[in-house]
Amino acid sequence: MLSIRSISRSFKGHQALEDVSFDVRDGLMTGFVGANGAGKTTAMRIILGVLSPDSGEVLVDGRPVTADDRAQFGYMPEERGLYPKMKVHEQLVYLGRLHGVSSARAAARADELLEQLGLTERRDDKLESLSLGNQQRAQIAAALVHEPTALVLDEPFSGLDPMAVETTLGVLRDVARTGAPVLFSSHQLDLVERLCDSLVILAHGQVRAAGTREQIRAAHTRPEWLLETDDAGFVRGIPGIEVIDFDGGHVRFAADSDAHADRVLREALERGTVRSFAPSIRPLTEIFQEVVR
Amino acid sequence: MTTTAPRPSAPGRADASVANDRGRTRFAQAAGIVAQREIMVQLRSKAFIISTLITLALVFGAVLLSSIGPELFDEDTEVATTAEIAPTLEALDGLAVVPADDADAVREAVRDGSADAGVIAGDGPSGLVVVGDREADGGLIQLLSVTPEVELLDPNAPDPMLTYFIGLAFGLVFFMSAMTFGQTIAQSVVEEKQSRIVEIMLATVPARAILAGKVIGNSVLAFGQIALIAAVTLIGGALTGSQLLLDGLGMPIVWFVVLFTVGFIMLAALYAAAAALVSRAEDLGSATSPLIFLVMIPYFLVIVFNNNPLALQIMSYVPFSAPVAVPMRVYLQTTEWWEPYLSLGVLALSTVLAIAIASRIYERSLLKTGSMVKWRDALKR
Repeated sequence: MLSIRSISRSFKGHQALEDVSFDVRDGLMTGFVGANGAGKTTAMRIILGVLSPDSGEVLVDGRPVTADDRAQFGYMPEERGLYPKMKVHEQLVYLGRLHGVSSARAAARADELLEQLGLTERRDDKLESLSLGNQQRAQIAAALVHEPTALVLDEPFSGLDPMAVETTLGVLRDVARTGAPVLFSSHQLDLVERLCDSLVILAHGQVRAAGTREQIRAAHTRPEWLLETDDAGFVRGIPGIEVIDFDGGHVRFAADSDAHADRVLREALERGTVRSFAPSIRPLTEIFQEVVR
Repeated sequence: MTTTAPRPSAPGRADASVANDRGRTRFAQAAGIVAQREIMVQLRSKAFIISTLITLALVFGAVLLSSIGPELFDEDTEVATTAEIAPTLEALDGLAVVPADDADAVREAVRDGSADAGVIAGDGPSGLVVVGDREADGGLIQLLSVTPEVELLDPNAPDPMLTYFIGLAFGLVFFMSAMTFGQTIAQSVVEEKQSRIVEIMLATVPARAILAGKVIGNSVLAFGQIALIAAVTLIGGALTGSQLLLDGLGMPIVWFVVLFTVGFIMLAALYAAAAALVSRAEDLGSATSPLIFLVMIPYFLVIVFNNNPLALQIMSYVPFSAPVAVPMRVYLQTTEWWEPYLSLGVLALSTVLAIAIASRIYERSLLKTGSMVKWRDALKR
C-alpha cells in the first residue's frame, strides 16, 4: 500500500499542496481527480521522488519509501516523453534495463505489452513516426515494462479514443490484479466513476474527499430515494422524511435512515401500486462540484 | 514478504506487496546502460560514421601528401638557352634545357611561357645573364652562383613552418572533436529534457548516474575517434617512411591522446551541465557559447604562439589548452620529462572539480523548464 502522509509543498509562495494525506491500496484502481492546478501532478511527482515535499512523507507498506522502492514504481508523467528518434521496442527495453530488469526479460515483456496495446506492428518504428494516440500507448508500455510494484499515471487516458481507453484500461486492470496499487489522475469524471475502485478528490492543494465511491457518496450526500406510484402526495406527511422533488406520482425524498424509507414503501404499497422504488444515486460529478467549491 | 515466481504470461508481478527484493539498479550499472545507449545512438548515426570516415581520409591524405607531396611538385626548371651554353646547364641537377637559336629566341621563349627562365651569354664576371619574365628564378641563380660554405649550429631544430602546421593540426583536431562531441552530449541532454523522458529516468536512477553515463559514453566515442586519427597518422607515416612522424611526432601524439581524453571528460561534463540549463534545443546555442569560447582559445593561441616557449609553457598548465600545448612542447623538446605529467595532474584535478560542479548544476536544473536557468542560480544553494 502506498500512503501519502501530511504532505505540503509550495512553489515561490504558492501553496501547491497543503497537508495532503491519502492511501492507494493494493490491488485497487484509485482515481485522483481535481481541477487543473489542484496539485495532482505535484503530488504524483512527490510520490515518485522527482520532487521533494516541504514536509510530510510517503510510506510503502507503512514504512518510509526508499529509492529502491521507487525504482520499481511505474510512472507516466503528465508531460509525455520518450526518445523521439528511438525505436519503440528498443526504448522500452532501455527503460526496463534502467529499472534493473535484464535485457532478455525486458525484451520479452516489451513484446508482450506491445501486443496487448496493439502496437506489435510498430515495434521497430521510431517513436516520432507514430500517431499521438499510439505514442501514448507506447508511453503506457514504458510505465509497465519493468513489471512495476506500484503504478502512478498522470492523465493516462487523455488523448485516447474510446477503443484505446478500453485496451489501456484492460492493461491497467491486469496490473492491479497482480496486487499492485494503481493511482491515476484524470479530469474525465465519468471515466473515473466507472473505472475506479476508490478515489481521492483534490482541490486547491487539499484533499476534499477520499475513499470508495460509496464512502464518498455516503459522506457527502444524505441518502435519497425515488418512488413512483399513483399519488405520492402522502410522503410529505411521514416524519423523518424530507421531500426534495415532487411531481404527482413521482417523488424524490431524503430519509434519516433506511427504516424511514421502508415506511414510505410500506405506506405506498397499502395505498396502491408501486411502479418503482429505488435509492437515488447522485452522480459523482455533482458531488465533485460540491466538494471542490 | 512473499515472493512468487513471476508468471511470464501475466502482466505485472505475482506478489501482492509493493516492496520487493529487486533493488534499484546500481549506480555503475545505470551509468553503463546510459553510456551504452549514447554510444549506440552515435554508432548508428550515418552522419557520425560518414564524418568520421571523411576525417580519417583527410588525415591520411594529409600525411601522404606531406611525405610525397614535395617530390610531386618538384619539377625541373625549364631553362631556354643557346647552343653554346647548353652543355654547361645540362651538367646541373634540376634543370631541363630548352634549346633556342639565339638570345632573342631565349627571350621570346621566356616571354611566351614555353620556358621558366633563360640563360644567355653576357659581359659579367660569370659570363652569363639570367633572363626572367618579371622575376629571375632564384633556384637557377643559386645553381649558377658560387655558394659560400654553410655551418649549421642546430641542424635538427624543428622547421618553424612545420611547427606551425603541427600546432595547427593538434589545435584543429582538439577543437573539432571537442566541439562535435560536446554538442552531441549537449543535444542528448536537452533531448531528454525537452521530451521529458528525464522525469521517468529520474524516478528510476539518480541524476548523477545519467550524467556519468553520458560523459562516459561520449568520452569513449571521442577517445575512439582521436585514437583512430592518431593511428591513421602513425600508420600513414610508417607506410610512407616519414622519419618525421616516427621519430618526432610519436610521443607528442601519445600525449595528445591522453590529455585530450581527460580534457574531454571535463568538457563533456560542462557541456552536459550547460545543456541542462535550457529546456529547448533552440536555446542550446546561448547556453553553450561560453564553452565554445573556452574550446576555441587553445586553438587560436597555439596558432599564434606555436613558437613562443613561454606562452606554450603557461598554456600547458591551463586545463583547456593543455591537450594542445603539452604535445607541442614535447615535440619542440622544450619540456623537462616530468612536466607533461604535471600538466596531466593539473588537468585531472580540474576535471574532478568540473565534474563536481557540473553534476550539481545538472541535478538542480534537469527538471526546471521554461526560460534558461542562470549558471549562478543553478550553483546556489
